[in-house]
Order: sequence, then structure tokens, then C-alpha cells
Amino acid sequence: MQLELRGITKRFGAFTANDAIDIVVEPGQIHALLGENGAGKSTLMNVLYGLYQAEEGSILLDGIEQRFSGPGDAMRAGIGMVHQHFMLVPVFTVAENVMLGHEPTKGAGVLDLETARQRVREISARFGFGLDPDARIEDLPVGVQQRVEIVKALSRDAKVLVFDEPTAVLTPQETDELIGIMRQLKEAGTSIVFISHKLREVRAIADVITVIRRGKVVGSAEPTASSQELAALMVGRAVELTVHKQPAAPGDVALSIRGLSARNAQGTVTLDDVDLDIRRGEILAVAGVQGNGQTELANAIIGLLGGLEGSISLEGRELIGRTVKQVLDAGVGFVPEDRSHDGIVKEFTIAENLILDRSDRDPFANGLSLKLGTVRSFAEEKSREYDVRSQGVDTKVGRLSGGNQQKVVLARELSRPLKLFIASQPTRGLDVGSIQFVHEQIVATRDAGVPVLIVSTELDEVVALADRIAVMYQGRIVDVVAPDTSRERLGSLMAGVVA
Amino acid sequence: MIRAYRTPIVLGVIALLVLVLFGLIGSDGDSTFRISTSGDFFTVPDLVLPSRGTALVLGVVLLVLAAGAALLVRRGRRVPVWLLAVFGVLAVLGTLSWAIAGGTLPMTQLLQGSLALAVPLVFGALGGVLSERVGVVNIAIEGQLLAGAFSSAVVASLTGNLYLGLVAAAVAGALVSLVLAVFAITYIVDQVIVGVVLNVLVVGLTSFLHSAVLDSASNSPGRLPQIEIPLLAQIPLLGPLLFEQTLIIYLMFIAVAIVTFALFRTRWGLRLRAVGEHPQAADTVGINVARTRFMGVTLGGALAGLGGAFFTLGSVGAFSQEMTAGQGYIALAALIFGRWNPVLATLAALLFGFARNLASVLGIVGSPVPSQFLLMLPYVVTLIAVAGLAGKVRGPAAAGTPYIKG
Repeated sequence: MQLELRGITKRFGAFTANDAIDIVVEPGQIHALLGENGAGKSTLMNVLYGLYQAEEGSILLDGIEQRFSGPGDAMRAGIGMVHQHFMLVPVFTVAENVMLGHEPTKGAGVLDLETARQRVREISARFGFGLDPDARIEDLPVGVQQRVEIVKALSRDAKVLVFDEPTAVLTPQETDELIGIMRQLKEAGTSIVFISHKLREVRAIADVITVIRRGKVVGSAEPTASSQELAALMVGRAVELTVHKQPAAPGDVALSIRGLSARNAQGTVTLDDVDLDIRRGEILAVAGVQGNGQTELANAIIGLLGGLEGSISLEGRELIGRTVKQVLDAGVGFVPEDRSHDGIVKEFTIAENLILDRSDRDPFANGLSLKLGTVRSFAEEKSREYDVRSQGVDTKVGRLSGGNQQKVVLARELSRPLKLFIASQPTRGLDVGSIQFVHEQIVATRDAGVPVLIVSTELDEVVALADRIAVMYQGRIVDVVAPDTSRERLGSLMAGVVA
Repeated sequence: MIRAYRTPIVLGVIALLVLVLFGLIGSDGDSTFRISTSGDFFTVPDLVLPSRGTALVLGVVLLVLAAGAALLVRRGRRVPVWLLAVFGVLAVLGTLSWAIAGGTLPMTQLLQGSLALAVPLVFGALGGVLSERVGVVNIAIEGQLLAGAFSSAVVASLTGNLYLGLVAAAVAGALVSLVLAVFAITYIVDQVIVGVVLNVLVVGLTSFLHSAVLDSASNSPGRLPQIEIPLLAQIPLLGPLLFEQTLIIYLMFIAVAIVTFALFRTRWGLRLRAVGEHPQAADTVGINVARTRFMGVTLGGALAGLGGAFFTLGSVGAFSQEMTAGQGYIALAALIFGRWNPVLATLAALLFGFARNLASVLGIVGSPVPSQFLLMLPYVVTLIAVAGLAGKVRGPAAAGTPYIKG
């Protein structure tokens, strides 16, 4: 089926998320929508899927204009979507999720589960998915859940399939498998819209690439275009994709972790006998698929995790058993992975956020009250230094862009004398310009002789920043390797395969 | 570690209490359990047991069960529900044999009364199940019960038709929950707050109307007749309990069956649960979240309202101020103890009804236990049940969270 979006304009108040966008997706074609976070890709797809109503423009399928007042209409017209955050009910089985909304019945509204199971098996067999229709979603790995999403769309005879950032949660191997599946779907005549900001994947699979920036189509490209060309189109200026850094000059071991183990509230092991050393002046990056213990590792060091076994020593001082405040005061800087929840207080101003950790002491406070003048001049100085773009230091942090929020966090954490710097997902959701800035700051911190621990699920980032890479799988450090290790090998390690 | 062993520890403490309090330092004398009534086919002889001996034996058995539970936990397994059920029944027997030492306990009356007290709880819990399964926390069960009690009395009195009273009760409950739905779903007000406010509102409104408007003509509906099912009603113990009851109790059994089937076997139920677990997922497959929630909440309110009718048409025969006396909150406890499952919630409601009735029956039999202690019993049972044994239960994921599109 041919899909055409003609002059789509979607506004939220004064903000134009999509500005007269034209796109044509031919049958059996993989059409990539490339753009930075916030460029308007997802808004466009939500318009297509009937979740949003566009102010202007029209959606045509095989030349016929469509009116979608909800996802139900879009699905009936043959549009399916594999959402970035899966739209699956965790406590339902595969079959229940697939049939939800168009359930087969034995009459009188009584569910016909056998038919539903059969349908799952049939589609699953066609693509070699190997899905068990009776498995509960919450027990399945993320990659398999995504297949359930695909089966869900296909069971409604989707002719146009939208993949919204489908690789964000996958291991490199799972990504390869997904690319295979998308090719298979294309062979079967399905039109595919592939939304991504990852240049490598887009170039690997797309037939046509449309680049979107600030809600507008800024050009299209062939998949043969170089990464530099695509990035320049996406950002609007030439960008540096590689991180410039001198070879590391590692010093003594500063942080030493031995036999660190932890369990979560359900009793599942989240950290399993972790041994790790980080030296002064090196960046150690922890790679792994989300949810394999990286978050817990960072939280354990900073003192957010109770019930730990083993030891974490920073320059010979044990950190386990200390409060977060004591750990920070011992010279640990921490950029948490969930910036908007744990990194900043959205309702506080830039100035207030910059002194959150030192609001009780010199030079910002005397015994009873804050020294507002000092706080203010400190904030102005740091805003300049870290290029925080705002209407002044009294602006609430919640009103800043993600990139500027992260700069505030970095400015706060790096303006203390550090003996260890930890950054979790330091560039998640940031634009290319901010990513570059954050990376430069991290490298500069290393060059100042501070040991740096990076946790990231973006393999590109890990490879670009790290002096050594530790790969985690199911709470264990599978191996510590050099940054020039092949992606295939890193991918196998991330899947727990030690070869 | 301690947390994992919570259930065995609670069981162990109860077992020791039975063994020591009721067995070792219990009172002498025989405890008589009367099982038959005069109308039965055949007469089952009274069960006569030595009070202390029984408690001793039961105490030991309970300790063994508690040890078994500890063993299961040590092997990383969950304590099965049947073990808890058996433990509960035996613990109650142990307590009974102590409490009625030297007296006679009429079992039929005990169970009949328990069922009666459980009826509003069962309806309330079922209403709560529907509401919470669709994603709206229903604290307003109390208000729905009370509204049902009031309207059924008034409508039945004015029309002279008890069955119209039942219908009115359901409508009143539905209306109360409709207010909850409008505020919770349309205006995204905090669901707990709306629920509490509604409860207070209904108490005020019905009390006002009761004292200002109602008179003997508009508040004398009479009581629903007992419908005796031939033959079945003459089975000892079970007959009077299950087959010699009013329409509303038969309706209750039917409602449990229908809600259970509808929730887990029909398209309607699948969609309702999907909305309560992951409204966005439901929305993206074309299910109207707001409409489904309205439907679930209102239907739940109607069921709870029906339960309220039991206070008036089913037992007392007239409305009095605040006659629900917090039973709506106990229904809420039954719902949680029953893990949002209609059948388990019903069993929990029956347990709470039993505890309450036990207190009054023991008072009548003339047990040596002080009456103040007996009055406390149902709430102690509720507390132990919900806090100690229910453990960490997981309700519908989206219950209490409003759904905002986009």
C-alpha cells in the first residue's frame, strides 16, 4: 500500500511540531525518517496513527484521503505501529495482547482463546519468531516483546508498518535480527516507516531517507550518503561525530570494587560478585543492554542501594555503609541516568539547582541562611562556563531543554574537587550539539586526572569515550576489553556469551 | 530475610497462642457444637469435645503447619493458599473450643449469621473489583452501600414493592459511583480524595433526609421473604445456609459467578482489565479508555448499591442513620486480601463476616471471654489478614492513575 502524507501541520499551542510535512512511502519500501530527538518524528507518526489530529494536511492511502479520529480507524485502514515503549499489557499472555481490540469470540462475547493462539502461532511461524502464545509478556526478554508488537500489528493485516525507534532497547544481535525481519516484511510487500536517529542503522536498511529538523523536512538522501552528510542534514551544520581525545595516561587505581553483590526487593540478584578497578585519568565505560545491573552498580557506589555485600573502596576508604551525602563529600561526582527525576529539581531555579549539594555550607550558606548573592554570582559564572542557555539564572530548570538541564547537572557535579566521576547515560535524549559538549567535558575531567566511570547503553558512545570497556550481563562483569574490540564481539558479550 | 519469613512467623505466633492460651492455661470442660436444626432430613448428633484437649491437639497441628510453611519458604517457594486456609479453619476451631468451654455452640446459626453479615461485604468487594480492575480506586464503596440502603428502603416503602427497592439500590449505588467516575476520569481529581468526600457526603445526605423527611410511611419497607428451595433446604447445616435464603443472597452467588466469568472469559473483561493495567496499550488498539472506565466504575457502584439493600430489605427492615457503620471499608480490605479476584475477595468477605458474627454468637452463648474482646475480634482478623497474610500483593497497574491522552 502506498502511503502519502501531504502538508501535515501539527501545533501544540504556539509551538509547531510538524510544519507542512510531505512524505511518500511506496509499497514494499523501507522509508527512514531521520531526525534528532524532538525534531517532530514521533509527533508525525502519532498523527498518522490517529493519536493526534493534525491542524492541516491530509493522509492518503493508495491515493484515497483518510480521516483518522483514533488509532482504531488507522488500524482498520491498514496502518500498524511498533511503539518505542511497547504497548503490551505486562500481565497478559502473548495471545491476549495480540487479540486485544479485535478478539475472536465464540459468540455472546465469550473469548475464543484457541483461535487467538492459533493466529499467533501462524504469524510467528511465517517469520520464524518462535513465540509461545501462552507466555506472559513480563517474563519475556525485550527483543521477544518487540516481536509480539510486530505480530500484533500483522494480525490486523497492517500494510504500512511504523517502527518508532525500535532499536533503542535491543542488543546489537537483536538489532541485526530486527533488520532481517524488516527486510522479510518488505519482501512480503509491506511498506515500512523506520524512525531513528541512529545513522548506522538507517544507512544499513533504508531504501529512502527523509531528514526532519525542527518539524520540517529538510531534505532526503540515498542510503549511500555518508554519515557526515546525514548528520549535517540532521543538525543543520557540520558536526564532529568522533570524540577527540589523547591517549589515556592512567595512574594508580583509585576505585576498587571487590565481590560486590546485591539483590532487589523481589530477591533477584542484580549485582553478582562484581570486581572492578578504575585508575586515575582513565575512562571506564560500562556497556550492556538496559537492565543488566549497570544502574545498580552506579547506585551502589553512590550509596543509594542497601543490602550490599563486598567492598567498594575509593583511595582506600570504604564507601559501603556511608550515606549518599558522605559519599558525595568524599569526592564523588554523579550524573544520574534519569536526569529529570534524580538530577535536578524541576521547580527550582538554575541557581538553586547548582548548589543543591552544598546548600548547607560555605560559601553558599552560613549557619542559618543562604547567601543569595554568592549563590547568584556562582550560578552566573557556571552558566557562562557551561554555556547554559536560559533567560537568566532565576529560570526554572524544568523549562530548559534536555541539553541545558544536563549542563546544569554537569556544572554542579564537576565544580567540586573530585576523586571519582560517575555519569550514567550522560547524553540520553540530547541533541547532537549538547552531546558533543558533554563528551568534551567528560574527556576534560579525565585529562585532569580524575577516574571516570561511564554507564551507557549506546554502544557508539561507549566506544567513542572509553579507555576500557566493561561489559555487564545479568549483574556480572562478563569481560573488560579494549575500545577497539569489534562490535560483533561486544555484542556477544552483551548477550552474555564469553568466547 | 525477615520479610521472606513473615508468613511463617505470623503462623507460628498464632499457633503458639492457641497452644499456650487455649491449651495449656485454657479452661476445663466440654465444648458442644450443635450441627442439626429441627427441619433437617436426619439429625446429626452434637459434637462434644474436651475444650483443653482439643486446643492442645490443634495447637500442635498448627505448629506443624507453620513449620511446614517455614520449610517451603526456605526452599524459596511460596506458601500455598490451601495451607493458609487449612491453618485458618483449624485456628478458628481452636479458638472456638476455648471460647465456648462448658457451653453449646449452634453451628447453623453461627454460619447463617456469618453469611448474612458478609453479604454487603461481598457485594461491596465485587463492586470494588470491577472499579479497580478498570483502573479507578474505589474508596467510595461505603457511600455506595449507604446510598443503596437508603434508596431501597424509601422506594420499597413508597411503591410497596420490595423488588423495585432492589432496583433503586442498584441505581443509587451507580449514581454515587458515577460522581466518582466524573471527577476521577473526566476531571482527573485524586481518586482517593473524591472517594472519601463522597462517603462523607452520602452519610450527611442520608442522615439529613432520614431525620428531616422520612417518616414511618416512607421508611417501613418490610423485609424480603425467604425463598426455600425444596429438598435442598433440608440438608443439615448446608441446607439452611445456602438454600433457605432471601433473593438478595441468591443474587450474590449469581453475581460472584457472573463477574468472575465476565472478567476472565469474555471480550468485555479482557478489555476492562487491559484498561486497568495499561490504558495506553488499550487506547492504541482502539479501545475507548474513558468509556470503559465509566462503564466499569458505574457497574461496580450498582453492585455495591445492591449490597446496601441488604442492610434494609435483607435484615433490619428500615433505614437508620449511618447503618453501614464502616462496612464499606471492610469490603475494601476484603478486596485487597482477595487480590482483586472476585472469588478470593468473596472468600475474604465471608471470613470477615464470620469473625463479626462469632463475636455476637459467643456473647449470646455466654462465653467466658469478655465482650469487649469479642467486639475487637473482627477487626483483629481483618488486620492480620490484610497486613500479615496478604503479603505484598500487586493490584491493577494503572489503578489510581488517570489516563491523559497523548
